[in-house]
Amino acid sequence: MFDVIVIGGGVIGGLTLRELSKYNLNCALVEAQNDVAIGQSRANSGIVHAGYDAKEGSLKAKFNVLGNKMMPRVAKELGVKYRNNGSLVVAFTNEDLVTLQTLKARGETNGVEGLTILSKDELRAKEPNISDNALGALYAPTGGIICPYELTIASIGNAMDNGAKLYTNFKVSEIVKNQDGFTVVSEKGQALDCKVIINASGLSCDKIANMVGDYSFKMGARKGEYILLDKENSNFVSHTLFFTPTKAGKGILVTQTVDNNILLGPTSTEQADGSTVTSESGLAFVIQKVKEMVKNPPLFNTITSFAGVRAYCDRHDFIIEKSSACENFINLAGIESPGLTSAPAIAEYVVKELIGSLLPLEEKADFNPERAPDYFFKNLTNEEKTQLILKNPLYGKIVCRCEEITEGEIVRAIHENPPARDLDAVKRRTRASMGRCQGGFCQPRIVEILARELGVDMTEVTKSGEGSELVWGKTK
Amino acid sequence: MSENIKNLTCIECPMGCSITVRVENGVAIEVSGNNCVRGKLYAENEVVCPKRVITTTVRLTNGDVVSVKTNMPVEKSKVFEIMQKINKVVASAPVRIGDVLVEDIGCGASLVATDDRD
Amino acid sequence: MGENKMKLNYDIVVIGGGPAGLAAAISAYDNGARDILVIEREKRLGGILRQCIHNGFGLTRFKESLSGPEYSARFIEELKKREIDVALETTVLSLTQDKKVQVINEQGVFTISAKAVILAMGCRERSRGALNIPGSRPAGIYSAGTAQKYINLNGYMPGKRVVILGSGDIGLIMARRMTLEGAKVLAVSEIMPYSSGLKRNIVQCLNDFDIPLYLSHTITEIRGDKRVTGVTISQVDENKRPIKGTEKHFECDTILFSVGLIPENEITKSANIPLSPRTRGAVVYQNRETLVDGIFACGNTIQVHDLVDFVSEESEIAGKAAATYILEGAKEKDSVATINGNNIGYVLPHRIDKNQKGHVKLFFRVTSTFRNCVINVVSGGEVIASKKRNIAVPGEMETLILTQDKIALLSDDITVELKEGV
Repeated sequence: MFDVIVIGGGVIGGLTLRELSKYNLNCALVEAQNDVAIGQSRANSGIVHAGYDAKEGSLKAKFNVLGNKMMPRVAKELGVKYRNNGSLVVAFTNEDLVTLQTLKARGETNGVEGLTILSKDELRAKEPNISDNALGALYAPTGGIICPYELTIASIGNAMDNGAKLYTNFKVSEIVKNQDGFTVVSEKGQALDCKVIINASGLSCDKIANMVGDYSFKMGARKGEYILLDKENSNFVSHTLFFTPTKAGKGILVTQTVDNNILLGPTSTEQADGSTVTSESGLAFVIQKVKEMVKNPPLFNTITSFAGVRAYCDRHDFIIEKSSACENFINLAGIESPGLTSAPAIAEYVVKELIGSLLPLEEKADFNPERAPDYFFKNLTNEEKTQLILKNPLYGKIVCRCEEITEGEIVRAIHENPPARDLDAVKRRTRASMGRCQGGFCQPRIVEILARELGVDMTEVTKSGEGSELVWGKTK
Repeated sequence: MSENIKNLTCIECPMGCSITVRVENGVAIEVSGNNCVRGKLYAENEVVCPKRVITTTVRLTNGDVVSVKTNMPVEKSKVFEIMQKINKVVASAPVRIGDVLVEDIGCGASLVATDDRD
Repeated sequence: MGENKMKLNYDIVVIGGGPAGLAAAISAYDNGARDILVIEREKRLGGILRQCIHNGFGLTRFKESLSGPEYSARFIEELKKREIDVALETTVLSLTQDKKVQVINEQGVFTISAKAVILAMGCRERSRGALNIPGSRPAGIYSAGTAQKYINLNGYMPGKRVVILGSGDIGLIMARRMTLEGAKVLAVSEIMPYSSGLKRNIVQCLNDFDIPLYLSHTITEIRGDKRVTGVTISQVDENKRPIKGTEKHFECDTILFSVGLIPENEITKSANIPLSPRTRGAVVYQNRETLVDGIFACGNTIQVHDLVDFVSEESEIAGKAAATYILEGAKEKDSVATINGNNIGYVLPHRIDKNQKGHVKLFFRVTSTFRNCVINVVSGGEVIASKKRNIAVPGEMETLILTQDKIALLSDDITVELKEGV
């Protein structure tokens, strides 16, 4: 019997699980897919928002500003790359300039520090490649960037290191209420008992809530398409550049990523089924808007395009509450942007306030907030590298030449919490095959390593779980 | 007779010459457009009985594969038939370049290793 | 050969043990250099030729048709006859202009000091990502070279029903290879109105197996959630934009991309060696010396060749020059630039040093298909070399010899240009 089961292995579920693992609670996270961080947390802009966007007094505003302040420490503990690069909301019309004042005032009400309005020249000094048509900007020095799936993986890994359990390929099909709480049943017939459920299943939040008779909200989803440029162009912009929001929304952004690529996007189209298929028109729109924002974007150095899904609920604010249908079922639904930024604050609130009102919270004496050092080998000094190689020669074998990822790191990802079981999982943990050749050289080698470490044939190795096998049999 | 004129692209070397062959009674009687003797021979053969060298791999007892070729061109129409035979061959390491793995794999050609495996 | 032996000082360090590196090292030795190291990241020498098991290599050099492994074996044998050290499973991490080569292998991280360096890293395939092709990202999408590695070296089939985007030679070769192994290749789609592969490969890899080649077509949609289930190709207009209503749908489980090769130059960039935006490789003189004294570059790392025979030839020039540099030291240069004029994509070498003896072979590619054309080399308003071509295509590298007497008289940059309809 688990005290708490978290449904959904995204950043909200992940950080909540980690928060739970600080206490003497028996916890588990169930994830429908073959790996965690595969829904919304797989592909979003990775922005740590300052907090001037959300309406005064909303949950979004409250958790955004809190989460923004917590993020540097959380990232440090979990060994996740985070950079406080600052963000700029760029104005192109006089109307935009007026909006910037509104945003600044709203931000100040929300408790965002350091907001300033930049003139045209001040903006140009900060971002030399900004379009000549830019008239000014709102500068938010507390804006930052983080890698969403890295944060998710690290938080779940850290929770597991502290005793939490992870069940992947556990697609919840039924929740049975009983005397002590619930039995959570998977499509494949596994059953887990628990006292409390935290529903952090993203796009599926309404379906999961329906299983306990809660019909109080409905989910929808938008698709966001992105283009990623080679790290060769990392200095093309240094801040996160937003268009001034209009009624149509926040629009696309141009930003550095923590891995020194340049990220362009996202589009925003209704996509109820959560599909992440990219479209010709979507990518063309991104390119058009980027050209309005900056001069001569280095699009020739595109390394990939992709799409992510963004779930929202019909209440249009975060739902962070005990279900009206049963109080030991907590909904964390509709955590749309700034959800990533808010995640650490939401997790802390949910565990201290909501779980705390249902279960006794007793701090774990041996909780270790730090994740087993998740270093990138290439960032070590030569002496450190050699020391590591002498201990484990696999660190002396470069597998991914573009990102300089060693066999040692890949093997570590396969065995460390949460274990990588497929090619994409290895990629998300190590960056192997995320570089400019996109796995052209190293993919067969990573598949060999996965087969060897998992003790299976290469035909059983998948890209992202069952049905995505990479090779279909031997040649002879 | 125009139906007896065949236009070919030579595959003997990367130049890929466009060759015209006049055929009578199934035999090439005039070849033009070629820049070398190999092209002439290719064209003469191609209109009578096209032949190709097969390059593929053979499984080794240790599970590895090693690359192989037929030591001479084989009839194009027999390529899949011969591939079937090659697919059943299992060689044992070590294999060296030039090792004959099968004396006659079809059309009188031998199957020869084109790489080393220890 | 000093197999897997590595000191921390060498006269010449060759980065890459593929066809370029092998030929360069042998040539450096044969021209008097003695203290040479070849660094190779894989377990075996040979580079990409190891997986190129088809024949057709060596026709120029050995006058016979060899497979890739056979071709490289000839050079490996020659290398073994000479006192040249080889470091296998060793990856170069970076290079500096004063020729410190940082490497990593199972023994640790080391810095090797060299007096001269030869860059021979080859090239890589352009990926699907670089093309912004709309659709999903399921399993079953490979570059042609990745599929080649799976099939020829690992012995595994990536799929059974295949559509190939791009008619580069590797794509054509893989169309035949997968067909021979029992797969059904449904189509090869090429965005240009001509194939970028060799004509012989169209014949022996596609026509022999009745595989249709769709010119002026590109992939407009990839379908499939976990694994590829289908693909749509559409005809494109003269601006390479898909034309509505021309869609052809294929049900397939595999898509191969053969959409061009890009010189691999991360190491070159780490040393801040100037690159040419045209070739995306180092700017070189005719002896294949880069703009940094004592650092040479050859093979596909400076220009993507059609034939490995030409890679070997070019690499021997670099090897000899590196040996000369070791034996005689750096020399004063007096150079002019080469410029790609009308209808020419690039010219290599990028600079011609008038102080160097001997003829210079200019390599270049035309930008489109031209018939009945003349290619001129012009300097100071004068045509100093010229050749006529009945047909010139971008897929085939062109060459022209500039004789030494002409070079000695050069006072101005030279331009290579193509005129049509003569």
